Amino acid sequence: MDLSQLEVGQTGIVKEFTDLEMSVKLMEMGCLPGETVKVTRVAPLGDPIAITVSGYQLSLRKLEASTIILQ
Amino acid sequence: MKADIRVALAGNPNTGKSSLFNVLTGLNQKIGNFPGVTVDKKMGFMQLPDGRQAEVVDLPGTYSLYPKSKDESIVFSVLADKIDTARPDLVVVVLDATNLKRNLLLYTQIADLKIPVIIALNMMDMARTSAIQIDVEQFSKKLGVPVVPMAVRKGEGVTELKQAIAYANKVALQPDSIDVNVFAPGLIGQISNELQVDNPYLALQLAHQHEHLRYLSAEQSERIETLEQEHAFHSQKAQAAETVARYNFINDLLYDTVKTPEAAQHESFSNRIDHILTHKVWGFIIFMGILLFIFQSIFAWSSYPMDLIEASFVWAEDVMRNLLPEGPLASLLIDGVLAGLSGVLVFIPQIAILFAFISILEDTGYMSRVTFMMDKLMRKVGLSGKSVVPLIGGFACAVPSIMGTRTIENWKDRMITIMVTPLVACSARLPVYTLLIALVVPDKSVWGIFNMQGLVLTAIYVFSLVSAIIVAFVLKFILKVRERGYFIMELPVYRMPRWKNVIFAMYDRSKAFVIQAGKVIIAVSIVLWVLASYGPGNKFEQIEQKYSSTEFKITNSPEELNRVIASEKLESSYAGMLGHAIEPVIKPLGYDWKIGIAIITSFAAREVFVGTMATIYSVEGDTDDIQSVQQKMGNARNPETGLPVFTLATAFSLMMFYAFAMQCASTVAVVYRETKSWKWPAIQFAYMAVLAYGVAFITYQLLK
Repeated sequence: MDLSQLEVGQTGIVKEFTDLEMSVKLMEMGCLPGETVKVTRVAPLGDPIAITVSGYQLSLRKLEASTIILQ
Repeated sequence: MKADIRVALAGNPNTGKSSLFNVLTGLNQKIGNFPGVTVDKKMGFMQLPDGRQAEVVDLPGTYSLYPKSKDESIVFSVLADKIDTARPDLVVVVLDATNLKRNLLLYTQIADLKIPVIIALNMMDMARTSAIQIDVEQFSKKLGVPVVPMAVRKGEGVTELKQAIAYANKVALQPDSIDVNVFAPGLIGQISNELQVDNPYLALQLAHQHEHLRYLSAEQSERIETLEQEHAFHSQKAQAAETVARYNFINDLLYDTVKTPEAAQHESFSNRIDHILTHKVWGFIIFMGILLFIFQSIFAWSSYPMDLIEASFVWAEDVMRNLLPEGPLASLLIDGVLAGLSGVLVFIPQIAILFAFISILEDTGYMSRVTFMMDKLMRKVGLSGKSVVPLIGGFACAVPSIMGTRTIENWKDRMITIMVTPLVACSARLPVYTLLIALVVPDKSVWGIFNMQGLVLTAIYVFSLVSAIIVAFVLKFILKVRERGYFIMELPVYRMPRWKNVIFAMYDRSKAFVIQAGKVIIAVSIVLWVLASYGPGNKFEQIEQKYSSTEFKITNSPEELNRVIASEKLESSYAGMLGHAIEPVIKPLGYDWKIGIAIITSFAAREVFVGTMATIYSVEGDTDDIQSVQQKMGNARNPETGLPVFTLATAFSLMMFYAFAMQCASTVAVVYRETKSWKWPAIQFAYMAVLAYGVAFITYQLLK
């Protein structure tokens, strides 16, 4: 299961990444393996999404969210 | 000014770093350049409690030292550059107390470079409201650096920070946060040895970033490359491993020193606002409403101060005409310099209001919501959600907006954004539009609430955005690149705008506009005055002679005679010749040779149009009759037909020409700097010229 499959309000725990380049940026922003992520909202046009991670709100595209594998 | 100590401010975006910079330096700041790069360097001076002078440099806000974008590579190169004069003696790392975990990543990286550091723990007031408990003493002890709790918005902790800067150590005493040698064993040691680098983390960063560092010689950079291959160094894998290690350190640190309640309060408040502001329907309606409100305000609020400025120039003109003896000097000062200057200064209120709004939108966090809402739409036309801010910033000025595209990591997205940003109606076009709209659009109210002139202006602004998007869509198919962009972006919590920052932005931008545009405009005005006041050979004398005969004096009043003489002189002057030379080309657009002169001079900067019009009509006009530019233009008649020069068709055709033509030397220069080649500004100039001519032609022919 990956992050892009979560509905608004659902949470998950980051397990690993499928894309190295993306993972460097995501981890820098506090989205690391072991962190709890929660989907807080979806943009009006369905993409990107906003998640809560490390105590703040991060927005990312669904395609990028699909590289985050959840436990 | 000579400084005793150089201090750099570093931190994540949205930590209040710029507010702190403003509080520390006050109005004592200036914008410079980082050597070799085009990122603006904001610096200022402050007095320390012990009487010493400190120079303060505001580094761009970043999340880490890794260069993901151009802005970010500056931070490392400033901190690491041993020969650079900008290298700070001390770094103040600004941390957001409500978001410590992510903020600390950058801190640990800077600390490990072994530069003396002080932590400014900002937003303590917000942390308190969210019931986040931070044991500052313990926090400081564990990190081994001074920590100053602050609430910059409320002015808390500023004195303490100044004291801490005054007492700061000259050498870094903080312990390593992590052992970096494990990420590239062997390589770090070898780089340290060969390049005489005494810090292992600096050596590791050199391995990551040697290609971007100006102070490394080509041989040194190549040597590092070879060493990397020998040691099978994988930059991204090393970065990932380092980030994980640093967050482990940070988690341990926070576990001992910070207690965070389950759900932070301010966040849920922010969430509630987001429910409305990023709503499927309301979100877009509110966004459009805000844009409409901004442009209505620009018109409504600026009219009084603008009238005041205009009136004072009319007064100054009057005074100078009485004081100075008539002659070329008085004419140069009044018809050249003063006329040109009034055309510029009168737009300060509008520019200040526009920048106030932009800085409020950024400060409150609304701008990133706009990015969030628009990303999907923008991607369809070949842009990214991140292009929205430069495009909206383009309403103010294309120059800083094009510099702002550095936040777009993807090359193609960035290129397209740069190519279309100058199409967005910038503040320099505002003078041209307001002048022409006031001439041909009646000042009536529509449906009781809207002003007709304001509506036309709003329509032009919306049109400019639409045309930028259409051009972007076309470019999407022309530029073919296989590179992926990403959209990983913080959505900061909503905050009240910091009014001081808003005022700073208004002051800063207006000052920059007056100084940068003013220089060009005064120079152009003087050149233009010379061109308009002198002609080849003895043409002028011939005209004087022609009208000095008695038959003219009997049939015409002296005023009429003067007007005819002045008009004929202008026509046979150098400027008149230039205007006449291009008249055949611009006639199908509805312009006469006088407008031709204004178009030529406007290629330096668009707002020159107004000054040029003022100069041309002052030189020509009756000197005793002092009027504003608008009145002068409104009274202008075509000498052959006797009809007004500025008809609806001509005015709108002119506005379309100014909407599309690349009439801005500064933008051309900044596109060259940003793309590092003349190819892009040349393509941009050409496509915009073709569009300008085409659209202006169609407009005139349809409305005629």
